[in-house]
Parts: sequence; C-alpha cells; structure tokens
Amino acid sequence: MAELYDKLFADVRFREGLTACLNCGTCTAICPAAEFYNYQPRKIVDILQTKDEEQIEALLKSDTIWYCGECMSCVTRCPRGNAPGLLIQALRSLSQELGYFTESEKGRQQLAIKRTIGKWILEYGYCVFPSEISPEMHPEQGPIWEWEHKNIEAVMHRLGANYKGTGPGILRKIPDEALDEIKKIFEVTGGIERFEKIEAFSKKKAEEMGMKLEDGIDNEYIKHIYTTNSGKHTKTHED
Amino acid sequence: MKIEGKKQIWNDYQKEIAEDHFFYVRSCIRQNFFPGSEKSFLRIMKEELKKDVYENPSHTTCSGIGYHTDIVPFETSMTMVARQFALMTEAGYENFTTSCITSFGLYSEVLNTWEHEPEMEEKAREFLYKATGREFKKPKNVSHASDVIYRFRKEIAEKGKYRLVNKLTGEPIRVVEHIGCHYSKMFPSKGVGGAEYPYVLIGMIEDWGGEVIDYPERRHCCGFGFRQYLVQANRGFSVSCSKKKFDSMEPYQPEMILTNCPGCPMFLDRWQYAISEMEGKTYGPDGTGIPVLTYEELAGLVLGHDPWDLGLQVHQVPVEPLLDKIGISYDPEKKFKAADGSDIGRPEAPVYLKFYPEQA
Repeated sequence: MAELYDKLFADVRFREGLTACLNCGTCTAICPAAEFYNYQPRKIVDILQTKDEEQIEALLKSDTIWYCGECMSCVTRCPRGNAPGLLIQALRSLSQELGYFTESEKGRQQLAIKRTIGKWILEYGYCVFPSEISPEMHPEQGPIWEWEHKNIEAVMHRLGANYKGTGPGILRKIPDEALDEIKKIFEVTGGIERFEKIEAFSKKKAEEMGMKLEDGIDNEYIKHIYTTNSGKHTKTHED
Repeated sequence: MKIEGKKQIWNDYQKEIAEDHFFYVRSCIRQNFFPGSEKSFLRIMKEELKKDVYENPSHTTCSGIGYHTDIVPFETSMTMVARQFALMTEAGYENFTTSCITSFGLYSEVLNTWEHEPEMEEKAREFLYKATGREFKKPKNVSHASDVIYRFRKEIAEKGKYRLVNKLTGEPIRVVEHIGCHYSKMFPSKGVGGAEYPYVLIGMIEDWGGEVIDYPERRHCCGFGFRQYLVQANRGFSVSCSKKKFDSMEPYQPEMILTNCPGCPMFLDRWQYAISEMEGKTYGPDGTGIPVLTYEELAGLVLGHDPWDLGLQVHQVPVEPLLDKIGISYDPEKKFKAADGSDIGRPEAPVYLKFYPEQA
C-alpha cells in the first residue's frame, strides 16, 4: 500500500516537482534554509522517491518540512528538473489535510498564519493590511514603522494612497462584492475547508497541551506557537 | 564564437514585454510598506511616457503569500488568479502587468501548470464560473512592472534630470542589484536575462549612469521565506539571510541597493536597522546604512520627482547620503510632514544607525 505516496501524487505540484533525483545534493548546496537550519532538501526528495510510507509519515509529522522558505532557488539548479520547493508545498498541504502538522513545533505555527494572513485575505482582500501590523509583533520594523502605524491615515495620504477609500488606488477598500467573490472562491475550491481543518486539528492539540485557545490571536496557544523556538532547529545543534 | 552566435544566445534570454495598454494589478506588500513606489510607477507610465494603464478597483490579492505559507491550496490560488484574468478580459485588455514578484511567480506557475495539465485549467474555469459567474481569456503578455520600466529605461534616461553619478567626483554611483527570487528562479524564460543573467535591473542602472557591483552572495535570497519571517519564532532565518548578503557586499562599498521585489527592499532596509540595534553594526560609512531603493523610486529620482513624493521618508535606512552624492535637491524640513504640511511628529532616531534630519 502506498496511501501517503498516492495522496502526494494527487497534488499537481508533486507531479510537476519530482522526476528522478540522482542525489547530487545541488539543491542542498544552494538552499538558504539548508544553510541555517538542520535541513537537507536532497534527503527529502530521496525519501519521496523511495515511496517508503513510514519515512513519509515521519516527514509529515516533522519540523523538517517546515524549514523551507519557498524561495525556489533549488528549481533553477536541479540538473534533473526536479523542484524540491514544490514537493515541500505538497508535503505541507498533506500534513495539514491529515492533521499531522500539529505534531511539530514548526508545523503548529500554521494556525498563527491562518489567523493573520488567512483572516486578512478574506476580511480585507489583501494578504497584509497596515493597521494589523503592530509594532509589538514587529519590533524589527523599527521606529519608522511605529511612526507610520501611529499616523497611518496621514502618512498614507501623504504617500498618495487611497487608504480605505472608494475607487482605484493604493490600499483602497476592496468593494464588498469583490470580497464576497473571494469568499465564494475559497468555499468552492477547498480554501475554507483547509482553514477549518487547521482550526480543528489545532484546537485538539491545544487541549492536549493544556493551553487556552480562544478566537483571535490574543490567547495562550497562539502566543505560544508564534514565539516558541526550542533552539534545536539550527546547524549549531546538529547531532 | 561569432558575434552572431553570442547575440543568438542572448536572444534566448530575452522576453517579450508589451509596449502599451496594461492591465495593472497591485502588490499587497508594496502598498503597505512602499506605497509611493506604485504611485511613482503610474505617474511615470501615464504622465511621462503617455501609456495606457488601467486598474480595476475590484482586483484583490492574488493570495500568493497565503499560497506560499501553505494555508491556501493551489486550487484556490489558481482560481484567484483566474479572477484577476477575468477582470482583465472584461476590461478589454490583453497585457497583464503586476507590481508584485510573488504574484508574478504565481501567475507564471499557474499558466505553466495549465500548459502541462490542461484539465487544471478546465477546473479553474469551472471553479471561477461557479463562484463568480465570470469567464476569462489568458493574457497575451504577462510582465512584472520592473520589466515595463526596463523596457522604457532609455526613454526615462532621455527625459531624466539626474544621472547616477557622484556630482563631486564624476564617478558612477556603485549599485548592488537584488532580484526577487520568484522573478526568474522558477521560470527563467519569464524574466529578462533568465535566472543566470538577470538583466532587468542592470539595464536600468547602466542606462541611468551607475555602476553595477558583483559580489559573492548576489543571488542569495533576502530571507523573507514567507513563514520564516511572518512567524516571530522563525525570524532568525530571515535576518541571517540578509546579514549574509550585507557581509558579502560590504567590502565592495556599495552606495545603494536596487531591488525589483516588493518584499526584498523592506527586509534589506529593516534588517539593517535590526542588525544595528542587535550588534551595533552599520554597513555604510560613518554610522550610515546602505540605502535600499525600489526601481520605481529610482526611476522617479532620475526623472526629478521630489524624494518625499516618492515616499523615501518611510525608509528606515535614510537615503539622504545618496541624494546628496547625486545632488538631488530636497527639503529636510518637509521629510516627515503631512500632505497639508502639518506636523505629525517624527520617528525616533535609532541607537546606532545615523538618522536624518539629525535632531537639533
């Protein structure tokens, strides 16, 4: 039986991304994540082409598949036309479908992303929206962003935006009809179903971990997954 | 090798960029962090180059950041893309141009997938019709907005008020160029110069008078990495990638960094600040940083637009040292003023990174 492999193969990105790997390691050599994390895309592609169900299940439950930054530098360099980055996307999708993502520290972060980026896409029609980018969650944005965030309407007006306005322009309000269309697209194509799965599996995990998970991002579980770093992911901790 | 041969090889690295009549879609990140760049693009295209660029207010995010953080399935994102194409079709346009590199990569990926698996295109058409009642034609030409500025770089140079030259020494300004990963690493044929010789920014720099610097980590990712920045626990990855690039370019003494992706200039700008606060390290002379500009901002400067109209005041790494070198005039008093000239305060100065105007 090759259930997990078959599920991966049903993902178009898996079919696009895996031809035949000769294990040369070029992807690992060029990979920014491999330089920082305890991570080798070569190993992942090799496991996948062995079709070993046990190893694939372990991957789906691991931190490993969440280290990639999806920069796709590997795609350019693979001499056999593989795309390890696309395989990672297929693995991450399946990990979320099956609820395996909650088994790893990095995987659990998906709920924080769903409740920020996912929420903003449906609510604003933008992946990010300035009023939501708080200086507290983004200290690296510096005093310039603190000043902008505090004076967002005046600054956006000065820079020529149509902030929350009608008609075309920068950061205009996306018309309600358009937002309705996006929601329908998410319903029809499985986007909402994905969101619901991330929520349901995460709730179960929060209970298991004895943590409070209410709506929004101001709660124990979200704060935990958004900030926790075991410190064991990087090269210096390699066994 | 004969000249014809070389020319032939270079031909393989060219892409077709439409000349006029663009259906323009915006970038989420650009609108949030460097809105003045999109304003500048439209001003240059419409007012200076007299081109037809149309924006439908109902266009939305392509969902690209959701797609690359893996919370949004491919089927959803390809249908979001199909909706943008439908808006283009309905408006009577065939040339699609996008402000965002993540979007550009996603449009390229979706079109490529549809080519390999036509049943996926059929699926997208069914999904879109079911969700919105809309239908679409695929664009004849897909470009990133940097392709479009690249195409008109010589016209911009001709109309230009400034050149990228140090006004005191007459030497060209030394520029590091950084191409967004999703511009051509996935689909080299979709970018000018491909993934091996990405020429889209070099062409602008050279034609506007500057000198391009080569350095070892030139093609390394800025470190966005989607989830690697968006989740606080992962940001060590992001800052490390940027730091690797800064450390690598520093010995070549770059006077500015030019970028074509909406995310990269923000990260290369903000991480210089963060590194200065973390380690007291700055990468320019005398406690300054290396100014990071977008191609729309640079085109605007060349054309003589006011730096504060271009939005250069919202860079964390001050651009004044660069403006002074070229001799671009600006009013320091107006830097942080509102549109009507009223006072809305000013950002605090960082601890180590030199800030302008310096506090009296």
